[in-house]
Amino acid sequence: MTTVTEAVTPPARPSKGRGRRASSSRTSLRTAVGRHWYAWAMVTPVVVVLAILVLYPMVQAIWLSLTNTTEANQAEQICQLSLGGGQVCTPNPNHAHFVGLDNYVKLLTGQIGRFWSQFGITLIWTFACVIFHYTIGLGLAMLLNRPLRGRSVYRIVLILPWAVPAFVSAFAWKFIFDRDAGLINKLLGSTNDWFDSTPKALTAVIIVNVWLGVPFMMVAILGGLQSIPAELYEAASIDGATAWQRFTNVTLPGLRSVSATIILLGTIWTFNMFPIIYIVSRGGPAGGTEILVTGAFKEAFEGIRNYSIAATYGVLILSVLIAYSVGYRYFLRKQGEVW
Amino acid sequence: MRRALGSVAAASALALALAACGGSDTPTAQSTPTTQAVDPATVKADLTWWDTSDATNEAPEFKKLIAQFNKTYPNVHVNYQSVPFGEAQNKFKNAAKAKSGAPDILRADVGWVSEFASLGYLYNLDDTELVKDQQDFLPVPLASTKFNGKTYGVPQVTDSLALMYNKKLLQQAGVQPPKTWDEMVTASATIKQKTGKDGTFLNPAGYYLLPFIYGEGGDLVDAQQKKIVVNAPEAVAGSKKAAELVKKPGFTKPPATDAYNAMMTAFKSGKVAMIVNGPWELNNIKSADGFGGLDNLGLTTVPAGTKKSGSPVGGHDYVVWSGMPREKAAAAIAFIKFMTSADTEAQVANDIGLLPPRASAYAKVTNPVIAEFKPMMDSGVGRAWIPEAGQLFAPMDEAATKIMVQGVDAQTALDGVAKTYKSEVVPDYAGG
Repeated sequence: MTTVTEAVTPPARPSKGRGRRASSSRTSLRTAVGRHWYAWAMVTPVVVVLAILVLYPMVQAIWLSLTNTTEANQAEQICQLSLGGGQVCTPNPNHAHFVGLDNYVKLLTGQIGRFWSQFGITLIWTFACVIFHYTIGLGLAMLLNRPLRGRSVYRIVLILPWAVPAFVSAFAWKFIFDRDAGLINKLLGSTNDWFDSTPKALTAVIIVNVWLGVPFMMVAILGGLQSIPAELYEAASIDGATAWQRFTNVTLPGLRSVSATIILLGTIWTFNMFPIIYIVSRGGPAGGTEILVTGAFKEAFEGIRNYSIAATYGVLILSVLIAYSVGYRYFLRKQGEVW
Repeated sequence: MRRALGSVAAASALALALAACGGSDTPTAQSTPTTQAVDPATVKADLTWWDTSDATNEAPEFKKLIAQFNKTYPNVHVNYQSVPFGEAQNKFKNAAKAKSGAPDILRADVGWVSEFASLGYLYNLDDTELVKDQQDFLPVPLASTKFNGKTYGVPQVTDSLALMYNKKLLQQAGVQPPKTWDEMVTASATIKQKTGKDGTFLNPAGYYLLPFIYGEGGDLVDAQQKKIVVNAPEAVAGSKKAAELVKKPGFTKPPATDAYNAMMTAFKSGKVAMIVNGPWELNNIKSADGFGGLDNLGLTTVPAGTKKSGSPVGGHDYVVWSGMPREKAAAAIAFIKFMTSADTEAQVANDIGLLPPRASAYAKVTNPVIAEFKPMMDSGVGRAWIPEAGQLFAPMDEAATKIMVQGVDAQTALDGVAKTYKSEVVPDYAGG
């Protein structure tokens, strides 16, 4: 979409020298439409689908977050039907209405929920996971990039965690961590309860997510490694570079564009990674490992459902991620990355 | 959001008043034959029933009952669907809200009925013959079917927590089943010493903290006075007792996750001698390998605190979805009437050990375990049957984990619960 708009603007520029600006821009618009109509026609389905699937729900979520909508106050009237016949409908006097930024104030001041502690846990969770994903993925990719016997078998085995649905592996890990019957305690011969304190439970869920997320990083980095020309390594060794120097001066810069993308993606995915925490630690002990998305889920789907607070969570999560992405891109651009 | 509930109540009260004045503004269906005797064969309908009972231990019994029902009503087809208990509440609310896909009849937990009714998802049963012999039901289960004075359900089964013990282990240790929490401490220590097995496994969950709180005369909320009492001295004293107990010798240290399953596994395999749990596990214990069947299972009232022995009353009610076409009313009424008759409830009690909510059913029960449970129903404490009842337990579960697993001070943990109740669950209540 963006490429098309960029392609459309240039023809408008040359018309600068003419006298009547308004008509000139109209003309250029006409030429632009005439020249690029097929491009517009091509992107229309995508635009429509995105508008329906992304834009509309997003606008609706933002609207919901400004109201006090819950499951109980949506109906204009509440009807009590009698099985013996007859029904009594009364207008709902507390019909959902616009409340401005009330929900944001309540959430951010801690009147409802535990936004800040969940946010802190989310940050620890995201950064720990992404750091381990990337470093372990890089290490494995380096190993698999050199010729060794049975390389394809290793590649397949290492990619398996990715092939299993996340919730299936989450359940498997839950059993592995179980206090009384779990594999880990059997092997260690201990009766350690992995989920009775926040640090331990957080470690456990991070281990699970690292196990799950490494294959993706590994595959992406492997692709990046294979695209680094072998001549660069040859030249470096001829110049007498050590293995470490080759790694820092050839491999890492060569991987830069791949790394930038997968770290951004990895951060966004991990930030919103729902099933691991929901299944393995259930947010416990006592809400200690609850991250923002599981907090939003609780508001939305437990008890009488609070759609507006859940939407508020959603908007806040979106804002955090947008701010992060923009900052990340700015940071990369400053480093001279064209992205 | 919670503000809305109060006014829903007000609205319904208004509705009640209107009905009393003799007019409902939109009488859609004239009448359904409810009182006059009809030939059962003429009642024709397809009914969907979501059963939330345990799919392996309890469901076969209910399927058998449907077959029996069809002997009298051959043209009512009951489409039996087993829905896991943990999912049913949300699943029903989703479907009822979307106005499609909800079952005609649901087996709802006693704590859900007032919530569903306040949302307008249930038929009010007051004009039907299902309410005719209400005085036969035990008072606490019956109270769970009411919302704003109207009836929305018919009790299917009731339950109450009890002290369950492994007779063999207690005998080996030479101890009597404890009558108070303090006796439980000495008994557990003796069992550990004499048999090497753990004495007691307490489940660190909100519902299982209630016997401790009731034992000191406390509660979570006082619905009559509209007060939050979960952090009052009584409730704190009870919770402190629970925290004290789990640290004593002979008590299994409860795990932070899946403690319930761990408790049942340990009890069924004879690794722990005493647990506090309800009759829904009777069939499970009966069929467990190596436990020794119901002959080895001892039952008594939950140990008492300083004030009394009190345990929460649970159970399930049949409710009818308000989106069910009215043509099916006769069939639905006939089905629920059959399923809640004294004979049916007695049969369920005999076959799988569920407690009948009908007083008259007890005379027909021959299962000795049920007779043991009956006195326990008398120490049952009715919970606050308010639409928010279902939301009281999520914060309590967290508090129970904090108090019984993490060793957080009971007052601190319960103050947190009270704060959540006040800000999110029952904002118009005092205290918190």
